Amino acid sequence: MAKQATRESYGAALAEYGADENIVVLDADLSKSTKTEVFKKKYPERFINMGIAEANMMCVAAGLATTGKTVFASSFAMFAAGRAFEQVRNSIGYTNLNVKIGATHAGISVGEDGASHQCLEDIALMRSIPNMVIINPADDIEARQAVKAAIDHDGPVYMRFGRLAVEDVNGEDYKFQLGKGVMLEDGSDVTIIATGLMVGMALEAKAMLEKDGISARVVNIHTIKPIDKDIIIKAAKETGAIVTAEEHYIMGGLGSAVSEVVCENQPCPVKIIGTDRFGKSGKPAELFKEYGLTPENIAIKAKEAIAMK
Amino acid sequence: MDAKRKTELAIIANKVRKHALTAVFSANSGHPGGSLSIADVLTLLYFEVMNIDPKNPRDPERDRFVLSKGHTAPALYGTLAERGYFPVADIPTFRKVDSYLQGHPDMNKVPGVDMSTGSLGQGVSAAGGMALAAKLDKKDYRVYTILGDGELEEGQVWEQAMFAAHYKLDNMTAFIDFNGLQIDGDIKEVMNPTPIDKKFEAFGWNVVLCDAHDFDALLDAVNVAKATKGKPTAVIMKSVKGKNVSFMENNAAWHGAAPNEEQYNTAIAELDAKIKELEAQL
Repeated sequence: MAKQATRESYGAALAEYGADENIVVLDADLSKSTKTEVFKKKYPERFINMGIAEANMMCVAAGLATTGKTVFASSFAMFAAGRAFEQVRNSIGYTNLNVKIGATHAGISVGEDGASHQCLEDIALMRSIPNMVIINPADDIEARQAVKAAIDHDGPVYMRFGRLAVEDVNGEDYKFQLGKGVMLEDGSDVTIIATGLMVGMALEAKAMLEKDGISARVVNIHTIKPIDKDIIIKAAKETGAIVTAEEHYIMGGLGSAVSEVVCENQPCPVKIIGTDRFGKSGKPAELFKEYGLTPENIAIKAKEAIAMK
Repeated sequence: MDAKRKTELAIIANKVRKHALTAVFSANSGHPGGSLSIADVLTLLYFEVMNIDPKNPRDPERDRFVLSKGHTAPALYGTLAERGYFPVADIPTFRKVDSYLQGHPDMNKVPGVDMSTGSLGQGVSAAGGMALAAKLDKKDYRVYTILGDGELEEGQVWEQAMFAAHYKLDNMTAFIDFNGLQIDGDIKEVMNPTPIDKKFEAFGWNVVLCDAHDFDALLDAVNVAKATKGKPTAVIMKSVKGKNVSFMENNAAWHGAAPNEEQYNTAIAELDAKIKELEAQL
């Protein structure tokens, strides 16, 4: 299976779908890392380097969007969602302008750069902004199609991409639908709801659980907001236990979003897997292990959730 | 500008001041001081300079205006109402729960507002985005923005100052309302942003100094900006906070405080007297 970082998919998709003259791509001196340089090479006249100034970038993006442009504003998740939060909130979210935030290097899988660059709170931050759509793709094909969906959607979108190469979880014929979760595997005892690179681990966890005679459903939630309530309620009803898995802080992310849906509609045990503290330097695989972002831990938590039924 | 036109604009500006005070008085909150200091430049822009049509507020070819110092929405609303974007009668609904006249400008609610502002430093960046859009689309509309002098303490302003110069946004003009006062007092005591002219010059801008209450000087500044190629222009306007209301002039206490009924009546009477005086000159 192919292995590619979703940031690569972002750059490739911008180049692939960027023919529309209305599209403008901004980057804050990170085009080589965010991969917007792929777009820049193809459409240099519509690529604007903003320098290391994310606050200004978000508001320039908003200003461009007021004239009818579809604007991509790119940086690392830490600076796009973190540093420029209030600019995103007031100039993009509140105004409901057509700005797409391409946030790469999200999560602990950034690895060696350490905690200062491992953004583990962006989903929580972006979820708190009305009008904001949040997409966290699991693999290359999903990421590419997410970029296309973001172009087609009129309004602000936050797209979360990773630095680490990940294996495909979706097939060649995969069709991305904004706001729709995807049941990758059916099961009856528990549902693993995962997002981003945790989806691949969820599939591995399912195989582990199967050996212990446990039937796990696996659901990929690529659109964290608006979240697919139906697929979550159905999982709660039919399997009676849920484990969520995300490369994000345990507060405010996918686990919180799923819990909100479950609590209000179909209460059942929910175990949340994510980080519980700041990250640190290390190889991604080492960090996944230390922070419990592993198929093994998903399987353990799945059993705990089942025991709580 | 001929004397008659100047007098006409002065009358309009004082009507704008009345609307601003009516808005703040009706809401019992808002920002009168900085609204009164920018009434003249807003009047000049909307009645003399900008290519706009109140009947077609979203015309893609129009000139743009962004009130980066969004808290002085009362002056902007007063100007837009006076120009015909919405009824003057709606001014007293400012900040009321069912009103479209939000406490700070909302582009999705108020006809004529080109960008939602209120969080300082952001409007000037959005104005830069609009100016860049004009360049990308090879359109000749111009973008105007007004910043407060206290607003210059926001670091983002200087990110945009770098950007606009770097991309040679000569279609962008930023007016600085240099009234010398911010909420906590004298700008030089709170966090001195001066010398403002040298800062913008150092960032690569064309800089014009003028009196914020002299229509000839303001119009000259606009024309200098239009004639300047390859650089954005900063017009540093020496202004009087609370202009034309005797007890509000140069008093930081009126930055964000509403007048009581007696004060409101006094202020309106002073402005009415000025308008009467000006009308007599016509």
